[in-house]
Amino acid sequence: MAASMGQQWVLVEMVQAFYEAPTYHLILEGILILWIIRLLFSKTYKLQERSDLTPKEKEELIEEWQPEPLVPPVSKDHPALNYNVVSGPPSHKITVNGKECINFASFNFLGLLDNERVKNAAQASLSKYGVGTCGPRGFYGTFDVHLELEERLAKFMRTEEAIIYSYGFATIASAIPAYSKRGDIVFVDEAACFAIQKGLQASRSNIKFFKHNDMADLERLLKEQEIEDQKNPRKARVTRRFIVVEGLYVNTGDVCHLPELVKLKYKYKVRIFLEESLSFGVLGEHGRGVTEHFGIKMDDIDLISANMENSLASIGGFCCGRSFVIDHQRLSGQGYCFSASLPPLLAAAAIEALNIMEENPGIFHVLQQKCKKMHTALKGIPGLRVIGQSLSPALHLQLEESTGTRDSDMRLLKEIVDYCMNRGIALTQARYLDKEEKYLPLPSIRVVVTVEQTDLELDKAASLIREAAESVLN
Amino acid sequence: MKRGPENLGGQPRANGCSFSKHGAGGGLKNGYVRGSAGADTHSQIHRIVHNGGLYKRPFNEAFEETPMLVAVLTYVGYGVLTLFGYLRDFLRYWKIEKCHHATDREEQLDFVPLYQDFENFYTRNLYMRIRDSWNRPICSVPGARVDMMERVSHDYNWTFKYTGKVIKDVINMGSYNYLGYTQNTGPFSEAASKVLSQYGVGVCSTRQEMGNLDKHEELETLVARFLGVESAMAYGMGFATNSMNIPALVGKGCLILSDELNHASLVLGARLSGATIRIFKHNNMQSLEKLLKDAIVYGQPRTHRPWKKILIVVEGVYSMEGSIVRLPEVIALKKKYKSYLYLDEAHSIGALGPSGRGVVDYFGLNPEDVDVMMGTFTKSFGAAGGYIGGKKELIDYLRVHSHSAVYATSLSPPVVEQIIASIKCIMGEDGTTIGKQRIQQLSENTRYFRRRLKEMGFIIYGNEDSPIIPLMLYMPAKIGAFGREMLKRHIAVVVVGFPATPIIESRARFCLSAAHTKEILDIALKELDEVGDLLQIKYSRHRLVPLLDRPFDETTYEETED
Repeated sequence: MAASMGQQWVLVEMVQAFYEAPTYHLILEGILILWIIRLLFSKTYKLQERSDLTPKEKEELIEEWQPEPLVPPVSKDHPALNYNVVSGPPSHKITVNGKECINFASFNFLGLLDNERVKNAAQASLSKYGVGTCGPRGFYGTFDVHLELEERLAKFMRTEEAIIYSYGFATIASAIPAYSKRGDIVFVDEAACFAIQKGLQASRSNIKFFKHNDMADLERLLKEQEIEDQKNPRKARVTRRFIVVEGLYVNTGDVCHLPELVKLKYKYKVRIFLEESLSFGVLGEHGRGVTEHFGIKMDDIDLISANMENSLASIGGFCCGRSFVIDHQRLSGQGYCFSASLPPLLAAAAIEALNIMEENPGIFHVLQQKCKKMHTALKGIPGLRVIGQSLSPALHLQLEESTGTRDSDMRLLKEIVDYCMNRGIALTQARYLDKEEKYLPLPSIRVVVTVEQTDLELDKAASLIREAAESVLN
Repeated sequence: MKRGPENLGGQPRANGCSFSKHGAGGGLKNGYVRGSAGADTHSQIHRIVHNGGLYKRPFNEAFEETPMLVAVLTYVGYGVLTLFGYLRDFLRYWKIEKCHHATDREEQLDFVPLYQDFENFYTRNLYMRIRDSWNRPICSVPGARVDMMERVSHDYNWTFKYTGKVIKDVINMGSYNYLGYTQNTGPFSEAASKVLSQYGVGVCSTRQEMGNLDKHEELETLVARFLGVESAMAYGMGFATNSMNIPALVGKGCLILSDELNHASLVLGARLSGATIRIFKHNNMQSLEKLLKDAIVYGQPRTHRPWKKILIVVEGVYSMEGSIVRLPEVIALKKKYKSYLYLDEAHSIGALGPSGRGVVDYFGLNPEDVDVMMGTFTKSFGAAGGYIGGKKELIDYLRVHSHSAVYATSLSPPVVEQIIASIKCIMGEDGTTIGKQRIQQLSENTRYFRRRLKEMGFIIYGNEDSPIIPLMLYMPAKIGAFGREMLKRHIAVVVVGFPATPIIESRARFCLSAAHTKEILDIALKELDEVGDLLQIKYSRHRLVPLLDRPFDETTYEETED
């Protein structure tokens, strides 16, 4: 009752208000009401216009679309298009573009590429197994030779387990994404090689680059992360952290500061992945790489990866470490699971190369001596700067002063390379994909020292490079 | 064997599918099945024609639906396994059951765990039970018969011990040795041996630096000639051929349309490229066309700019389904929508086509219509590595920009020689007809083996011409049982389960080879018949459905690299 009474009163008040209102107000309200009615009955905004194309319009769009060509044209004289042609084996003495040269370009550090013992082992394997494996490791592509090689590598590196890949590049590129996933954090050196960069990209992790070999910069990043972690401890508990470094950087010829890295590892609880493609079979008393060089325990490094394409002069790569770490790759390493296994003859060659390394530990000392000699000999060439430490078998020669553009620098260096090549020393420029590299190294000539090069040849190469630099750069 | 397109039955409907049945013993009875006509009396023959006018040869590809009861039992099986998994994890946690798996170092136990627990759960409790069916080591040429190392496990597959004994002459149904070129005697290995003693095994440099041998150039010229393309480039690893070259071809602002069952290497390559990836249903042309149309009409998401280019990525023969790509239709679509085609012939090169030139040859198409012809040397050629063939501009571009050419060591010379020798043999340039015979033998073996398996009542997937033959097992327990029973009978088979297949579609897979003689196949079939009865895996009710009639949902899965 009370409610209806209230309503009645409101109605009465409204009627009263209507009478009392001035005329202009009523006219105004009348117009407003008419406006509302008009709005209600007029067409609302036109949806059809922006949605739903007619089939004809779609066809027109399809007709209209012009894609870019699959690949842009490459000019015929692109410096990277016309490869050097090596006839015969790429060993110590090499025939490049028809000219006989001493090889200062291939990563055949221990001279095992041309070794008779290695060849014989491969021959024996070939006559037992043929060439291909016709299957991935999981599906009848595991040969006894693979098991033997894995065991030998693990033993040589003094780790629990090793796993082999059929391609050097795919080794670290598969190993990183096997552990590091989206949301994890990887601290990586700016000079890291392309295989590492691709592995990082495949992992979709958070990548933090620190300045090349700059431990203070790395620690700064680690500290930043620590502060970040304290803000969000729940997230920090599931975020894996890795440091990825190379033992001996292929792009700079520098050795990583492993002792400091190990300290940082325990301080900030980060795992270390070490790529040793260049240092395996080079550094250390027995050629075990950078860990042996610094006397670091293998167990302090979580994973070591290296290819068998340099010192071992075969094909493929391996990872080694504790079983807890390595075994995970047998189901998660993409390049391991989904690729055909390594041809047995290449595995047999790698085993024999390991035998030779174990039997002649003196070979590493010889290599070191030659590297030092070459390093000294190349120093002080006017116009050229030597990049890399004196124990690195791969040195870079950069222009002291850039001519302004990368292209013209490359052309100058090519002239030096050609000059030497015409006079019996085979050299190569370090090749990079300019647009793909995260931190593109400066153009350089890469000089590779091997045990097969005699002192005479080293001298000849150094003086020839000096001569070339003088004639080209002046 | 030969029948014009007009005989294929059904009227070709645009993007439709006509499905005609013929009674047993009818006049149109499978002309391409060799052997006795009476064999098929209990089965119905289905002919699937889809855009039939485009096909120059019959395209018979069918999949039998999973029987309902089997599907239910399979899920129950996984349920039981999971329950027991939790129970055993519980026991392990309280140290009642001995814990076998490796653990992190004491010093690093307070680090964030290196891998996730669920991955472990599956490995520990499901995979570990039947781990003996994989990674079986062999110690001979992976030919038609193979010697295997006997191994035993005393701790339920956590570790294996080699007894030192060799299981001799196991019939090999697992290796991708399609044309039987994996040999340790004969002209191929002799040629490889000669090159080995001249060149050594390694190269120690990349193609762009000092690793471009005359042998590599010889190989590339030959591959280009073999494929019928202008130019070709060879790489050291098949997997890397995909993962390191797709990023050179497409990038941001480009679209990749990828078959849902594409190989991991293609998926990785697509991801590394930074392009947008959209997935179409397996071999489903409606799904592909819809994606193509939408892509061009609506452009890139958010910005609505037109795509720079569209790359369709398909495989010739799919290694888990045994299906053959509907290439004539893919090419028609690609032309209509001005996109590019990347064809991965890992399993089809050498194995398909009257002259062994892969799926393009099989359908009698022009290799120029495929923009990127990719394939591997691992399978039919019995070697290792991969190649890309195509127009000269494409290959020149790859020579400059391919990640492999710049950063990866080039192919080993003896491996190159094996490839050269086997391709020459396939082409008949070695002066023999061995190549031709082997191709013929493989296709006969394929048809024979498929027909016999179907008659026995197994559910077989894929195209009748595909040398990869998946035999459905469904239940997880049968994966292990099948693998072990077959090995007991001296037959090596590949079994696959989740995650390589959908969870309920575990299967065994046979790879036929020209090296298999009829005698070998008959032994294998006899044993398979017995094992099939023993394990009750003859599920077939002979009701085939074409791939198109499998459930097709319109939603697409898109992946954008961030």
